[in-house]
Amino acid sequence: MSNNFRTTNSNGLINKDKKINFTFNGTIYHGYEGDTLASALIANGVHLVGRSFKYHRPRGFLGVGVEEPNAMVQLHDGNKSEPNIIATEVELVEGLKAKSQNCWPSVQFDIGEINNVLNRFFPAGFYYKTFMWPKSFWMKIYEPFIRKAAGMGKAPLLPDPDRYEHNYEHCDVLVVGSGPSGLASALAAAKNGARVILAEDKPNFGGSLLTDEVTIGNMSGKEWASDTISQLKSMPNVILKKRSQVFGYYDHNMTVMIERVRDHIENPSKYTPRQRLHYIRAGEVIVSTGSIERPISFGNNDRPGIVLASAAKEYMKVYETLVGKKPIIFTNNDTAYSTALEFIKNDIEPIIVDTRDSSNGELVKEVQQKGISIKFNSGIADTKGHLKINSAIIGKLDSSKESFISEETVECDCICMSGGWTPTVHLSSQAGNKLKFNDDIDAFVPDKKRQKETAIGAANGSFTLNQSLAEGFQVGFDLSNKFTDQNNPTNSPNSNEPSYEKHEKLWCMPLPSGKKPKRFIDFQNDVAVSDVELAIREGFRSIEHVKRYTTLGMAGDQGKTSNLNGLQYVSKIEKKIVPEVGHTTFRPPYTPVTIGAIVGREVGNHYLPTRKSPIHTWHEENNAVFVAAGLWQRPRYYPRGSEDMNSAVNREAANVRKNVGICDVTTLGKIDIKGPDAPEFLNRVYTNAWLKLPVGKARYGVMLREDGMVFDDGTTSRLSENHFHMTTTTAQAANVLSHLEYYLQVVWPDLDVNVLSTTEQWSGIAVAGPKSRDLLSKLFPDVDMSNEGLPFMGLVDSSIDGIKARIYRISFSGELAYEVNVESNYGLYMWKKIMEVGQSFDIQPYGTEALSTLRIEMGHVAGAELDGRTIPFDVGLNSMVSQKKDFIGKRSLSKDAFTESDRQTIVGLVPLDKKTKIPEGSHIIEDNSAVAPIPKLGHVSSSCWSVEYNNPFSIAIIKDGKNKIGKNLYAVSPLKDISIPVEVVSSHYVDPEGSRVRS
Amino acid sequence: MLEIKCPYCGKRSQNEFSYGGDATIKRPQLGEEISTEDWDNFVYYRDNPRGKHSELWHHVSGCRQWFKVSRDTATHEIFDTCKMNEDFNV
Ligand SMILES: [Zn+2]
Repeated sequence: MSNNFRTTNSNGLINKDKKINFTFNGTIYHGYEGDTLASALIANGVHLVGRSFKYHRPRGFLGVGVEEPNAMVQLHDGNKSEPNIIATEVELVEGLKAKSQNCWPSVQFDIGEINNVLNRFFPAGFYYKTFMWPKSFWMKIYEPFIRKAAGMGKAPLLPDPDRYEHNYEHCDVLVVGSGPSGLASALAAAKNGARVILAEDKPNFGGSLLTDEVTIGNMSGKEWASDTISQLKSMPNVILKKRSQVFGYYDHNMTVMIERVRDHIENPSKYTPRQRLHYIRAGEVIVSTGSIERPISFGNNDRPGIVLASAAKEYMKVYETLVGKKPIIFTNNDTAYSTALEFIKNDIEPIIVDTRDSSNGELVKEVQQKGISIKFNSGIADTKGHLKINSAIIGKLDSSKESFISEETVECDCICMSGGWTPTVHLSSQAGNKLKFNDDIDAFVPDKKRQKETAIGAANGSFTLNQSLAEGFQVGFDLSNKFTDQNNPTNSPNSNEPSYEKHEKLWCMPLPSGKKPKRFIDFQNDVAVSDVELAIREGFRSIEHVKRYTTLGMAGDQGKTSNLNGLQYVSKIEKKIVPEVGHTTFRPPYTPVTIGAIVGREVGNHYLPTRKSPIHTWHEENNAVFVAAGLWQRPRYYPRGSEDMNSAVNREAANVRKNVGICDVTTLGKIDIKGPDAPEFLNRVYTNAWLKLPVGKARYGVMLREDGMVFDDGTTSRLSENHFHMTTTTAQAANVLSHLEYYLQVVWPDLDVNVLSTTEQWSGIAVAGPKSRDLLSKLFPDVDMSNEGLPFMGLVDSSIDGIKARIYRISFSGELAYEVNVESNYGLYMWKKIMEVGQSFDIQPYGTEALSTLRIEMGHVAGAELDGRTIPFDVGLNSMVSQKKDFIGKRSLSKDAFTESDRQTIVGLVPLDKKTKIPEGSHIIEDNSAVAPIPKLGHVSSSCWSVEYNNPFSIAIIKDGKNKIGKNLYAVSPLKDISIPVEVVSSHYVDPEGSRVRS
Repeated sequence: MLEIKCPYCGKRSQNEFSYGGDATIKRPQLGEEISTEDWDNFVYYRDNPRGKHSELWHHVSGCRQWFKVSRDTATHEIFDTCKMNEDFNV
């Protein structure tokens, strides 16, 4: 039984000396090196590979490559498990494990096949009609049912253990596809000196030359292909990529290609990536993607054993495998006769059924000369055989070809069908090419290009070898000439191939007498002729609507074998010509792409860059729990022993109020501003006045967007006459820099100012608390730290151990506080130094949670209040707004809505029970017992546990807030189903006079 | 992904740039008396043409220069790019 379906010749591309074992549905088989999973299964007589999507019908192989709609399998187990893999694209490798999908309990006996019996209840649009109502049923009943019934493979639940890489390439000419035209154009372009990339999806270069009996020059097509590849390989300006599918064509000639790097290798190095995604920006793209054979619709045309004629030929010629031993060839054209001849070469006599009245093509004559009679004017009406085809009903067509005159049953074990050829125009169409319909070949071909893309050969509708080669050499030379000055054309060699007669415009057989078997158009989505008829009967006219209603051409195979037959049938019913029907849009990806390849190396810690302060290692060593602040990792709190977060945060914050705390503020954005117009610039950027800020002083500033909303705030200091140091919030650092650059470069280019980010250059350390002065006096004995020597908002330069430090007296915590800035490399040293000296002052580090607690208690606003929806008035910053000068966003502040007397303002909230913490985001309402919808007064922006008063405290922004102080309201959180009675107080909960920072 | 020619650096991929909106918008002069309608036109209202559009781009992951791009919003064709103080050639 084993490999019973191998041919006796050995002219193919498999190596019969190397056996490869694999498992399919638990059974161990063997194939040979060079096999695909598909060819190895067929060689073992296995055609039944899966069940169809909707009706769970038994399905086998239709094709031999990317066009395969049926043979999808699940590969491997555990974290390497992969669903929906096309068996024709899987290269056989020792130990490969595959199983069927969409079947239970087994592919031979599948419960879901009941759908096939009930198929009259599952017409087109079934889901839309049946599951629409009632709405509440959708989530609980319908969707789980559909999911269970319609499941393809199973996605693995474990993380992907494999490695995927991204690569960026540039070239003059990218050639997609290595058939005759692709090879010719690559050779011509390369010989003319252009940088060429040639991409081939299959493991072997050559395309149709590997299976067609032709001669080029004095070589066979196959020899010429291998000779051309050797020439290209020897050229330094050429990159050859096999197992590489260009699946997407995006703007500005950006194409994306997936390369299968590892799966075909038996013992790969652990450093070999599984797949590589190449972004190729090409000067010109040559689309030589060939064509795909079309099936024919006839009764039960989906049984295992019914294949495309070209696939049958390729299985014989490349994989030395027979799809059957009692074949019927069913065709509307001449090309299928080459498959017939290949069977004859293997001593198998096929039955030939041709819809045409006659043909004088060379191949047809050759078949006839071998004594084979051809059933002209005939078609297949129906087939039989449950898990594999065993016979066909062949009918004689009447003159209109709309019905059969007579029918006969013929035994067979396979049908090789051909409905002619469809150019693979996907990439051209993705590139924006407006396709036109070519009536000679009954298919769309590229026409008006939008990008630098040129289709040649079969992809361009040029089906003869002579044409393909001529186009290839010409286009390869012409396009490469845009990039080189060599002007060195390559001539096309003479070629020889059989002549072909025209195909018949017939892709759907009449029904057999007295029966209505399903005649499939789209195998992957189980769309039959009757579904298309129904859609049109129900009024769907646009082809895009027919597509969505029937799901024709919508699955993973993107309708590679079904789109045109569907169009053809719609045009027949509608009595319109195909170009009037139009075609649906081709979208990337051309073939399914692994999510892992799209993600590449950007997984886990590499998902985003991580920014760490120079003091990070100290935080780690001291038990910090980190939190992401944008890309930065900041210490959130430093738990001691078994402390939970709340107690750690309360301890850290209370210690700042009582003694002294130290906080890493390196992440704050810092911008160096220089130039004679710097003061004027700041005066326009900030809402307050800047012209008269003395050298050596810092000032708090607020900046707006033009729409009046607060954009950012921070402290900026004047280092010298024309030199300022701006700080921004951590979150907005990058946006503020872009904002400043915009105004300097676009709006006021006359201002002589330069701005530069210095965030990475400075490490900032906040030292806050009543003992901070004593600590710093001890650390910097040369500096007069008194209120007179270094007043609030002052700054001074000093140094210790030769390290320069700039000390600002600024405060975010509301306590007496300083910020010590040193060059980044000395951040850790300075931090340790302060900790060392701080021991005698009971210093403790504090994280972002304590930092928040301290600023919330003080009513200092931060990101939660400056959320892009608040103007200065709303957040208590009206005193920062100069009435005397103009600045960015000022005009907006006088708009009606911004000056209403009951406008929202910032307030504080304390729960009446002094216990219940108010969730951030809670809504503020007046009447808890009112009937919904209850008017909302505002929302809670920030919440903390006040360490000063030992009860919860929150900041809220509420309508007419300044007149609500002293009132009792409710903070409600519908999400958490809680309602908390609160008292409205001033947002300045602690030290409202601000005396501590000036002490 | 678009390929944009920064007038300072040359051709680079789109992911090095950020988009900055209509390049023809002129900010009102500082201190200028301006009606609410005119101000709103400046702050909020933008044309959304199908076709040729003059726009600002910022080479954020490059030279950090703002510059002008003439682009077709339907096809993404870029006709020309130039520095802020220059005019398009096409
Ligand atoms: Zn640049």
